[in-house]
This record gives sequence, structure tokens and C-alpha cells, in this order.
Amino acid sequence: MREVYLDHAATTPLDPRVWEAMVPFFREQFGNPQSLHRYGDGPREAVEHARAQVAELIGAQDKEIFFTASGSEANNFALKGIAFANENVGKHLVISAIEHHSVLNSARTLEKLGYEITVIPVDAHGLVDPAAVAEAVRDDTVLVSIIHGSNEIGTIQPIAEIARRVKERKRRIYVHTDAVMTAGTIPVNVDELGVDLLSLAGSAFYGPKGSGALYIRRGTRIMPYIDGGVQEKGRRGGTENVPAIVGLGLAAELARGEMGQRVAHLTALRDRLIQGLTAVDRVTLTGHPTQRLPGLVSVVVEYVEGEALLLLLNASGIAASSGSTCTSRALKASHVLTAIGVETALAQGSLVFSLGVGNTPEDVDQVLGVFPKIVERLRAMSPLYHKVEVA
Amino acid sequence: MPVYTDKVLDHFMNPRNVGSIPDADGIGKVGNPTCGDMMDFYIKVKDNRLDDVKFKTFGCGAAIAVSSMVSEMAMGKTLEEAKAITREQVAQELGGLPDNKMHCSNLGAEALHAAIEDYEQKQAAAQQGGLACQCPFCNEFFKDVPEVCTSCGAKLRFCDECGQPIPHGQEACPTCAEKAQA
Repeated sequence: MREVYLDHAATTPLDPRVWEAMVPFFREQFGNPQSLHRYGDGPREAVEHARAQVAELIGAQDKEIFFTASGSEANNFALKGIAFANENVGKHLVISAIEHHSVLNSARTLEKLGYEITVIPVDAHGLVDPAAVAEAVRDDTVLVSIIHGSNEIGTIQPIAEIARRVKERKRRIYVHTDAVMTAGTIPVNVDELGVDLLSLAGSAFYGPKGSGALYIRRGTRIMPYIDGGVQEKGRRGGTENVPAIVGLGLAAELARGEMGQRVAHLTALRDRLIQGLTAVDRVTLTGHPTQRLPGLVSVVVEYVEGEALLLLLNASGIAASSGSTCTSRALKASHVLTAIGVETALAQGSLVFSLGVGNTPEDVDQVLGVFPKIVERLRAMSPLYHKVEVA
Repeated sequence: MPVYTDKVLDHFMNPRNVGSIPDADGIGKVGNPTCGDMMDFYIKVKDNRLDDVKFKTFGCGAAIAVSSMVSEMAMGKTLEEAKAITREQVAQELGGLPDNKMHCSNLGAEALHAAIEDYEQKQAAAQQGGLACQCPFCNEFFKDVPEVCTSCGAKLRFCDECGQPIPHGQEACPTCAEKAQA
């Protein structure tokens, strides 16, 4: 059976060129970058080269890049690090209703520690209103954190406008964006976005899992995330994961060089897939129709359940994802779908296809070839579909 | 996906006894779409045995596999035997279910029991001497057809064609539509 991987929002396959670059740092160049003897030289230079590669991807300075072990860690670092270091200013943070769990749950933890969190709602397309964010800013607000691109519905937020409005409202405030889905995928520039902190992850753009970075603008007051040695300027202790950092660096450089063609390729496949899927009766696109990630297709299929869809797609060689209750370990409907006003019953039929550079038009055709049959098959055994037809 | 056993996947991919029975002797409905799983079970009873069992299910892989498994386990059984089927037995027959699916998706036995209960209530009503009409909202039995249920106060509408009750908020008669489809 021909296999089609359409879950790039979960993770991307490692670029073979990235793998080649990583290999020497597992064995030959095993030294600790902090060592002063010759074993430390190669790894140290490699880590600093990677820092420059990541900085260039987002238009930052090298010393503003702090390596982490994941995008989730970068988000935790940003929220908790800023909150803890700026208690003298205030204990209020602003986030959106469609943040990744690593932002949402960091905020929940801070809430338990006595911080106040304001959650900004989104419209039916998943867009945050920049004016609403600015209005939520108070004298004691220390951080605004809004996700750049949604992994569940693909909507891209107007971060530049949000940051501008927030800073017009209050001078001493930090703006963070979780750019895990956008950095390395679409053009991201920290100055153009006007953010002070930005999270990214290598596994989102063909780098290794376990690689991430937090951009921290010069002059930002932030508490260290892992207390330890001098690594990452004392802000994130622990011996550097050199192979992962090297991989992240090269993945960033490749993404920057190939971004134009990657975006064009993904957008064409995405639009073809959206068109084909939504041609099926009662299948609707979720998220913004145009302001969306180039490779992300998210739909809700009425009267059927997402996990059943995933299993049948899997049996046809297609790997996708869903935000349905049953696919989540917690057995709760996706907070993102709830935020855009999708009813819980309808959210059960959510399906996310996330395309990658390796996908082809044939892959899209394979999905479109089986999708209507799979939906029909599940609807035929659904008590809901029949009732709706009757009504 | 290795979260499910081969047996679960087999029943999911090739579900047994899918469908509805238009002139079912008993119907059992459990779950709702908001929680993610919903099952309708239909039974035909002959000489105190389940002569036919069919189901329609909205839900995840486990929910569909459970429905199929229950229908297979119950087929041909006496009502007493069928009532003794437990959700644990269903899970066991399927070679196990993931922990988080044991409660939410393993509703098949309950749906089957509800169908048998429905059958037994109808039987009891018939024996009570022609109390053939039942309120679709509170299950109260009537001799004649009242406009408003004497027990729960719900307004009752009946199909001109088949005489079956029509639920709130629906225009057409579901019983007739079901027959037409079958």
C-alpha cells in the first residue's frame, strides 16, 4: 500500500542533509562545548554556528538565541521566565484562547501561583482582535503571548499589529509569540513582528526532535529556566545537546534558502486538498480561509467521529490527525475548536491534514480518492446522519 | 495503530450486524454526540431468544468495535443470557480496550440491555390489556391516545400514516422514513 504522511504539524521527517551534518557530533565530536581542551573546540564552534543560522532565520542577533529542548520548553521559558523576573511590575499576563497547551498550561500554573491571566477570545476564523488584546493590557501586565500560526486550524495571527497596539498602550511590557508552526515555514522576522520573545522548534521544519530555541530580545528581564552552569549565558543550564543544535541550525539555514519554493509547493497542495475535501457534503473548513499556514488543512466532518476517520484513513495508508474527544488522551474536545465556536458534537468530526515538502499531488489525490468513501461508510452506520436526513 | 488489538481493528474494519430493524421488538439508545459516542441497538425476539440484533453507532474505533462485538455475542442468546453480558466481558472478548476507552466507548452492553428492557416494557404493557400507546418522552403507557401525556405533560404528536409518535422539533415521521430507507 502506498503510504502518505500528512501529519507534519505533529512532526516532520528529518532532512537527510540535516542528519548527515548531525552524525559526527554523536561520536567523533563528542566533546563538551564548555571544555577548554581541544575536544571542546569543534562542538563549541558548531553550537555557535548553529546559533548564527537560527538567528538569521528570524532576523535576530546571535546572542539573542537560547537553545532549548523543544518548542514547549521555549514557551514555558518565556511565560514563567518573564513572569518570575518581573513581579515588581505586576502579575498579569494576556494570552489567546487558541494557544498551544505549553502556553495555556504554563499560564494555568502561573495562575495557581497567584498570577492573573486574561484569555482573549477569537472570532469564527480563529483570529484574535488586536484591539481586544491592547484593551486587556493593564498597568500590572508584564507579558502578552499570542500564538503565531495555529497547529489545529492553521490561522495566522496579525502579530505585528498586536505587538504595535500593545506597546502603544504600555511601554514596559513584553510580547511573546509561539512561532513553532511558522518559524522555518513562512517568513518570520522578530523586528517586523515587533516581538521580544519568540519560540521555535526544529522538528517543525525537518530538523531533529528535541531541538528548539527561544529568541529573547536584548535587554529583556527574564529568569533562568534551568539553573545550572554557564551554558546559554546561565539562562538554561545543562550540557548542550550538540547534535540536535547542529541539526536545528542547518534546518534553519535550509528553510531560509528554500522557503519561497516550499511555500509555493505547500500552498498549491493545500488548496487542492481543501477544495476536494469540502466538495463532500457537510464537510467544512475550519480556521481562516486565506490567512492560514501554507500546509495546513483542517476540516470538520459532520455526523462522524474523528478517530474512526483516522483509523480508516490509516487503513488506506494515510496518516492524519484529529481534535476529537476520543483521540485526545484527556477525552476533552479541543479548546481551539471550542474557541472558534465549533459545537462539541461537531468537533468530534475534526480532521487535520498537515502537508510537508515531500508530499506530491498524487498524495492529495490518494486522500481525495478514499475520503468520500470513508465518510460515507461511517455515516451509513451513524445514528445521527439518519436523523438529520429525516429532519 | 497499535493502541487497539487486532480483534478490535477487525470488528472496526468489518463491523457485524450494522443497520436498523424497522419493526424492531425493542430499541435501546445510549450516549450522545457531545460525549463522542452514541449507540442505537435494535432487537427482534423469538421464543425468548434474540432472533436478530442490529446497531447504528456514532463514535470512535472502540465504540464501533464494541457495538459489533456485542451484537455478535448477543445473537441467538436467551434474554436472560443477553442481560448477563457485561462491559468487562465485551472488552475481554475484544482482547482488551485502552484504559481511557473502557468507560466512554464501552457502551454496547448498556445499549443492548436498554433494547431488551424496552422490549420487556412493551410486553408488559401488552399483557396489561391493550396499553399499547407509550409516551416517547417519559415511557408512560396509555390505553387511549391523549393529546398531552398524562404523566409528564409533554405534547404528543402522532404520524397520520403509521400512528407512531413524532419527536419534538421534527417535521417528518422518523418511523416512516426509516421504513422507506429500509
